[in-house]
Amino acid sequence: MDLSKPLPTPTPTSAPFWDGLNDGVVRLQRCNACGGWIFYPRSRCSHCLSDDIEWHEVSGAATLHTFTIARQPTAPQFADEVPQILAVVELEEGVRMTSTLVRVTEKAIEIGMQLEPYFDRVADGVTLLRFAPR
Amino acid sequence: MGLRGDAAVVGIAELKHERKYTGPRKFTIEQWADLAHMALADAGLTIADVNGLICSDVRETGMFAPATVVEYLGRPVNFAERIDLGGASAIGMIWRAAAAIELGACDVVLCALPSLPIPSNPHPRTVDPRRYFGASSIEWGSPQAEFDVPYGNLAQNCGYAMIAQRYAAEHEYDSRAMAKLVAQQRVNGARNPNAAFFGQPVTEAEVLASKLIADPLRMLEIVMPVAGGGAVVVASREVAKRCRHRPAWVAGFGEHLTIKTPTYAADLLETPVGPASKQAFAMARVRPSDVDVAEIYDCYTITVLLTIEDAGFCGKGEGMRFIREHDLTIDGDFPLNTHGGQLGMGQAGLAGGMTQAVEAVRQIMGRAGDRQLERCDLAYVSGTGGVMSEQSALILQGE
Repeated sequence: MDLSKPLPTPTPTSAPFWDGLNDGVVRLQRCNACGGWIFYPRSRCSHCLSDDIEWHEVSGAATLHTFTIARQPTAPQFADEVPQILAVVELEEGVRMTSTLVRVTEKAIEIGMQLEPYFDRVADGVTLLRFAPR
Repeated sequence: MGLRGDAAVVGIAELKHERKYTGPRKFTIEQWADLAHMALADAGLTIADVNGLICSDVRETGMFAPATVVEYLGRPVNFAERIDLGGASAIGMIWRAAAAIELGACDVVLCALPSLPIPSNPHPRTVDPRRYFGASSIEWGSPQAEFDVPYGNLAQNCGYAMIAQRYAAEHEYDSRAMAKLVAQQRVNGARNPNAAFFGQPVTEAEVLASKLIADPLRMLEIVMPVAGGGAVVVASREVAKRCRHRPAWVAGFGEHLTIKTPTYAADLLETPVGPASKQAFAMARVRPSDVDVAEIYDCYTITVLLTIEDAGFCGKGEGMRFIREHDLTIDGDFPLNTHGGQLGMGQAGLAGGMTQAVEAVRQIMGRAGDRQLERCDLAYVSGTGGVMSEQSALILQGE
């Protein structure tokens, strides 16, 4: 059975985000109508449903909102990453995203800790956005 | 706004929940027929009385699930739908049935959630590795497939664990209180012959020594998958008069949906069961302190903790103290999950949420055997789907 890891397949809407990661930058959408930051990428604003939204390059600076350490693989495809530090991070702009932490020991993990992006090229043309202590 | 309280659960059915099911395997539609027969017989009704039906997934068909069941049972209905609310499905069925009855669309509604293994296909399809992703979608264009699954944030354990970690950062986290919750529910479950853990209590020490799955959740704080199934019959006041048991009136309900993946929740600790419960209590014109029993959806210990708080049994951040200070067993001052909950029963897929509803009805009907509470006229029931994604609350009342 093919147990290769599931990779993201960009959509016409989300492509600028993934292209940005390939280039080592974090891009987020912002709504011109209400000013709200948007994540994940959408065709309309998740605050006011306006379609007047624009991509912006951001720093990627974040704090750790919460985490867990998966002692059992969440699926066989992730068995090689156990214990895996799954995280919800909050970017400076206030949006939250799913990620994993790298370059950190279990003991050093603390909710609220400062994080910076780690661009992880996992396959040809596919970069995942992981986070490391800042 | 809301229900008048003119519809009641009048019949129940529940299969014995088993970790290793040894009985005959049956298709979903066959299990539907079994559960319908059991629940109608329990109510003192027959299939000829039925004119409404609510189902969830039917393994034998992707679409047109209600019509498939209606045709199989051989009984035309005036009202049918399919519910897709995970562990909140059972309550979602019951309040929709009550609403349809009060609107006059029908007067006897069958609600069943079969969850026994189906027969092995003699022409098996090749195993799709995507099966491991469970309820997490990996369809192209699904936000979950694109932004959550590639990091390994899938299935349920890790989502609930991350909610628990956030709770620990904002409030007090007491793993001993969580262990007490499990141990006391298992005391109740040990007295329930339908429970997978019948006759098998655990100690707090055993819970604390069980394997760490996703910090801070340990194995015994997580439901065990089992085979099972449950059903209820909801009927009008007119029909309830000729049924066999004391009706459990549907006095109030609430339902609230926020997210699919908790990463995107506005506040991980303000769970959807809060607004759902507020509506349910207001509709029934009762308060949390009036309740005789709380049957709270318990896929994980953290779910119970947050429901105790958000439903209003105690204040925010006081849940651990509440659990420490109360005896949650059948004989205690705050009887919780008198059937053992799903931590004691095992979780039979979507039927897990039905166990809470069935036990509340049993207690109101006075049919819980040696688990029967001395007084049970008002029950609070909750349901939880996904990872605190969609939650529901129900107030059942005996007259």
